[in-house]
Amino acid sequence: MALSSRRRILGDRTGPRLAIGERLPWHTNIVRRIVLAIFAVFWVVPVIWLVLAPSKTDNELLDRAPLAWGSWEQLGETWTDLYSFNDGAILDWALRSLVYALTALVIAVGTSILAGYGLATRDFAGKRAILALTLVTMILPVSATVLPLFLGMNFVGLLNTPISVILPMGFFPFGTYLAYIYYRRSLPPSLLEAASIDGASHWQAFRKVGLPLSKPLLGLLAFLNFTVNWNRFFLPFVMLNSADTINLPVGLNALVQSTSALRPTFLGSTPIKRPEVALASLILAIPVAIVFILAQKYVITGSLTGATKD
Amino acid sequence: MRRVSRIEGFANDRRQAGTSRDLSGLAFTSSYLVLLVLFGVFPGVYAVFLLFAEFDQGTPRFFEAGLENFRIAFTDFRLGEVTLNLAKFLAVSVPLGVFLVTLLAVLLHMRRSRGAAVLRTLYFVPAALAGVPAVLLTIFMFDPNVSPFAPLLRMLGNESVVNTLSQGNLPTIFMIISFFAGAGAWIAIFYGGLNAVPQELIEASVVDGASPWQLAWHLKVPMIKPYIIYMLVIVFAGNVQLFAEPQVLKAAAVAPISPTWSPNQLAFSFAFELGLFGVAAVISLAMLIVGLLAAAIVLRFTDLFRT
Repeated sequence: MALSSRRRILGDRTGPRLAIGERLPWHTNIVRRIVLAIFAVFWVVPVIWLVLAPSKTDNELLDRAPLAWGSWEQLGETWTDLYSFNDGAILDWALRSLVYALTALVIAVGTSILAGYGLATRDFAGKRAILALTLVTMILPVSATVLPLFLGMNFVGLLNTPISVILPMGFFPFGTYLAYIYYRRSLPPSLLEAASIDGASHWQAFRKVGLPLSKPLLGLLAFLNFTVNWNRFFLPFVMLNSADTINLPVGLNALVQSTSALRPTFLGSTPIKRPEVALASLILAIPVAIVFILAQKYVITGSLTGATKD
Repeated sequence: MRRVSRIEGFANDRRQAGTSRDLSGLAFTSSYLVLLVLFGVFPGVYAVFLLFAEFDQGTPRFFEAGLENFRIAFTDFRLGEVTLNLAKFLAVSVPLGVFLVTLLAVLLHMRRSRGAAVLRTLYFVPAALAGVPAVLLTIFMFDPNVSPFAPLLRMLGNESVVNTLSQGNLPTIFMIISFFAGAGAWIAIFYGGLNAVPQELIEASVVDGASPWQLAWHLKVPMIKPYIIYMLVIVFAGNVQLFAEPQVLKAAAVAPISPTWSPNQLAFSFAFELGLFGVAAVISLAMLIVGLLAAAIVLRFTDLFRT
């Protein structure tokens, strides 16, 4: 009884049991722990510094201990300074980033699910070509396509509009490929046949059979698409060129460039200094961090590794 | 036995018959197909035309340039420098990145405790800073005046951010940025792969007297080889495209850096500062070929697709 409950505590959660043989010799475990700890410092300390920095003044960043907390008042000051840049530009950038990423997400997930379902459950002329092109465009680097896209957008007069970044961000070949694999595995043809014998149209079969099965897939596609598109830099940097269209990453780049906030010897009169830049970076990172922590257990360790295995 | 085969044959027949004259598949795929043509096929094909196009005030004249774009790209005085920069960055970032990710995944996997799970999450969360924030944070971390690592930086002889971000250090700095934001996800993927190693094999090796290191080197690492190769290909292809890191470092202007440090920046400069889109297309194509060649070489000398 005691043994079995112990077993449950140790192992059953994610599978691997604590094997007898993997009891480590003490010296191995010390080396292991030191290395893991060094990398924990490498990853965690900069993040802690970034969280604390906006609570201090620029001078306090220089004088006080790097990981000291400043004050709530100063954090408020830092936000006021950051907000004062071009009359609240930071909020406009963030809002635009959100609108661009979410609109693209709806387009990307919608088209991927529909196409993946169609490719997995139907046979039609050109299907193989579509699958092959999907695989090719998946590995095509962004920088190779951005330039022709820029000229194309210029030709149709859409440069510097939200459409010029939303539509390319909504093209999601990797998502279509994942959806295709998912439906191939989880939808036996017999299930769809049963639906069509019952007189359901193709669309009804998708609504009643395909879609209810797609919950984990929807989550995975939304996660992958949002995390890539929220902090996109190169594409918007090329397509957008005015203060009333740029997103948060491009805005942050412009903020740093126009204020020289990070130059150690620069004595500018602008209120944008290092704490303000740290706060802006933090604002950019927070939505993705939240999504990561919520989805980490399910997406990263489960479905994603499952998707690349096989 | 006979009945089974008859049912299977029936199902196959139905599938063939029911789908051949059916447009519903195309209907489901149509919205994606529009995006695929506009943002996958069109840019790919147009890029080829650009290679031989001349530009007059932003208007393309196709096939007018002949091989002029190639001549301009390959005789540019900056080409040697940006290639060397990129080569140094790749030489540091790819092998070291893959080695450290493998090492950390194996170390975490040696004892699958609650602590190891917490560490995996901690390693992963900085991925939220990928892109511009990671570059800015790196500038802070390498500034001895504000960095929590200042004692270490000073010990290594750096008195100011101009020392730490000097030209010679940049390949390493860019490696650290990409590792900082990218490694956590790879560690999680490798860890998942290690979990799939059959427990019986591990136990059998331990009974045979294998140490944890031998176990890792002779059993676990070979078992996750497909993931390692996958990472090699993806990271190499991604790192060839280096752009945001040197670009943001340039914008921050904390230390002198060449305005065109990477090939991608050089292409960008040709396109948007000089309007020579054809020349930029040549450089983009060269980067694409380098990435594909590397992938082909890696796949040729490993047995990823031989099962």
